[in-house]
Amino acid sequence: MKKTVFALATLLCVAGTSVNAQDATTIELSIKNHKFEPAEIKIPANKPVILKVKNLDSTPEEFESKSLKIEKVIAGGGEATLNIRALDVGKYKFVGEFNEKTAQGVLIVE
Amino acid sequence: MLAAAIIIFREVIEAGLIIGIVLAVTQGVVHRWRWVNAGMIGGLLGACTVALFAETLSKSMSGIGAELFNAGILGSAVFMLAWHNIWMARHGKEMASSLRSVGQAVVSGSKSMSALAIVIGVAVLREGAEVVLFLYGIVAAENSAGSDILAGGMIGLALGGILTSLTYLGLVRIPVKRLFAVTGLIIAFMAAGMASQCVFFLAQAGVLTKLGQTLWDTSWLLSDTSILGKIMHTLLGYTEQPSVMQFLVYIGTLATILVASRLAAPLPRLPRNQHVLAA
Repeated sequence: MKKTVFALATLLCVAGTSVNAQDATTIELSIKNHKFEPAEIKIPANKPVILKVKNLDSTPEEFESKSLKIEKVIAGGGEATLNIRALDVGKYKFVGEFNEKTAQGVLIVE
Repeated sequence: MLAAAIIIFREVIEAGLIIGIVLAVTQGVVHRWRWVNAGMIGGLLGACTVALFAETLSKSMSGIGAELFNAGILGSAVFMLAWHNIWMARHGKEMASSLRSVGQAVVSGSKSMSALAIVIGVAVLREGAEVVLFLYGIVAAENSAGSDILAGGMIGLALGGILTSLTYLGLVRIPVKRLFAVTGLIIAFMAAGMASQCVFFLAQAGVLTKLGQTLWDTSWLLSDTSILGKIMHTLLGYTEQPSVMQFLVYIGTLATILVASRLAAPLPRLPRNQHVLAA
């Protein structure tokens, strides 16, 4: 019984830190005047990354990407940390849903 | 103005459809408006609260508070819908027969009503918070186009109301005998879609990342962000790029609700009718 609990606890710890363990690189981008900066980000394939999105506008924005499977409201002046899973080679678009016309970006995985 | 109308309409589609379906399922239930209104007002108040504390919520639990919150309320809606369907499988026949007999249109279904009120509240809460944030952003920006965009937002809301009416009017045209079979099926699919959306948020939070690879991509056929895509998303749980885990949970939820409803149905006296009701 004790062994099982220990094994489970270890498993949970491993699962919890799996992203950090693979040394995910952090990439910062910002939203200003309803535009992403940079609007184009290149990352290596098959490696998880962390996106740190800073909203420099005073209005809220929703970071949304169907292909990255992310939907995240970021308050005005706020910041969000998004875990991006390891991706295959390709282009992954993202938008700011509240200002879709201007807030457009793409993650290029190569 | 048109852009704002479309954005708001897209956000209220889910709540609009759900309210229409609930109204159709509960025709003849005593005090049903009390429950429906309670769900809507509760949802609106919740939406404003969530919008007001959006940043606090987002920052809580080391940055995954919003995701866990969304997953939690979606999960509870799935349980409420499943429970409602199983309850209806047991009592729907009595309700249908008393609805049919003239002057006996008063049905006591308040047990199941509270579950449906919660489902409405949750739908309004989730989508409403985004509407509030969007409109707040426009008001806060104080640009000259503000009032124009606000007017567009109101049009979007009105379109949502029209969708609710159309859903309701369309469903109540179905003969009462078959209505509950149809709505039961819709609700089962709707719950499965919400369960899959719940998995989406758990994956985003990093809590459930297993089987996270994309199973298919049908964005070329029907985009999630289109009006039709949104409607299909609510009714069938359609997603243009589901993960393997989302798909498995979807199928699992659907199968569980359909099988449980069938098991809960009273023993058949008239095999043909029973078949329709349990379907």
